[in-house]
Amino acid sequence: MQQSNAYIITFSVILTVFLGLLLSGTSQVLGPLQREAEALDKKKQILGAVISGEEISAMTPEEVNQYYTSRIASVVVDINGQEVTEQDGVAVSAETVDIAKNYKRPADQRLYPVFIYHAEGNSDDVESYIFPLYGAGLWDAIWGFIAIKTDMNTVGGITLAHAGETPGLGARITDPTVQSRYVGKTIFDESGELVAVEMQKGEGKDYTSNPHQIDGMSGATITGKGVNAMVKNYLEHYKAYIESKKSSQAVAAL
Amino acid sequence: MSAETIEKAIEKKPAEALLSKRRKKLVTDPLVDENPITIQVLGICSALAVTTQMKPTLVMAISVIFVVVMSNLVISIMRNTIPSRVRIIVQLAVVATLVTLVSEVLRAFAYDMYKELAVFVGLIITNCIVMGRLEAFALGNKPYDSVLDGFGSALGYSWIILTVAFFRELWGSGSVFGIPVFDYVSGIFGPDFKLATNGLMVSPVGAFIILGLIVWVQRTKTGYVEH
Repeated sequence: MQQSNAYIITFSVILTVFLGLLLSGTSQVLGPLQREAEALDKKKQILGAVISGEEISAMTPEEVNQYYTSRIASVVVDINGQEVTEQDGVAVSAETVDIAKNYKRPADQRLYPVFIYHAEGNSDDVESYIFPLYGAGLWDAIWGFIAIKTDMNTVGGITLAHAGETPGLGARITDPTVQSRYVGKTIFDESGELVAVEMQKGEGKDYTSNPHQIDGMSGATITGKGVNAMVKNYLEHYKAYIESKKSSQAVAAL
Repeated sequence: MSAETIEKAIEKKPAEALLSKRRKKLVTDPLVDENPITIQVLGICSALAVTTQMKPTLVMAISVIFVVVMSNLVISIMRNTIPSRVRIIVQLAVVATLVTLVSEVLRAFAYDMYKELAVFVGLIITNCIVMGRLEAFALGNKPYDSVLDGFGSALGYSWIILTVAFFRELWGSGSVFGIPVFDYVSGIFGPDFKLATNGLMVSPVGAFIILGLIVWVQRTKTGYVEH
């Protein structure tokens, strides 16, 4: 009887339905907690571009949320640097813009959130502007946040993350020592052209004299190229916004 | 009358002790003599991949223990109802469900660990230790014995990956469980004394070397020879 086709089919159906219900039930129960954890993680990544990872990991989730609310303001802009408040009749906020979804659209139709790191409680006293990044690594998506100081030229910090780069090689983009190589580099050359910061091939060389180049990751040249393309592309997309901030500063200086 | 005979029948066969000699062997055998990693050479992939640091390794070990024990239990309970022609698929479905549960729970309660381990937790499904124990033991034994057997095997796996992780983190990053041991030691001997870390240990090559050394030491001691 146990070997009859009818038994096998009945057994499989019951098992499938039972396991399916179990899994969907778990997903329903844990869903809110997971979304909360993801939102917190995103905040940590944004803050990671401006404060050190150790400081962040020392904070409790409540402290991260509180720090984030008191120090980060945000706007959403379009490719021309104009502020966007709603799209298709729905209000937009920087926190809810899904960078990965926007990445699939043509560059001139995407929404570009900007996270503004400012002095505590005073959103006019800006310390740096944080721009999201998104692109392709060797195997899967890579993303991150880059902080540009108020001179709209110097990199204040960067956080990078990935979906599936090779552990020990491309996955090293999450390594603080790799990310710290970006700090203090500049994104515009003397003639005002946007050149971004490029990770070089090979590792162990000194690039302190070159403001647009940083040491690479040995064995992860393709991931490095992906990071370079991502940084360059997104700084291009934010260029209009960056230029507008630059000129408003020039006016303020007069 | 019939009730009496049943009672007698039960009395005649006293229940095996909760931790009888045979059952203890189920747990202790896989620790050294039948170790899944060093003797059976199963589950090497994750042993190499997750062991750069102690903390994710510990989470991985706990996940594997949970999955192996639970799948052994479930399959053992169902062993007489599973049609033998589809048993592999049934085992796979149970294991995959358990692994998905683990990964969902990690995602909700330990998101940082989830990010670090996501791929490898998913790969527990293909860890040969899990399917191996189901096929070799749980399908033919009672639930309690199967749980012990699964626990033993998973423990054998765990202590090896934790040992590998200990040396890799100590020599590669100069810390244990994130505590900077090398910095403390350097501090004792003054500012000129500095312990250097070895980058090789952080790369997968380091895991091969450490694992090879463990296998060597173990086989020298036990005299195990592969035929």
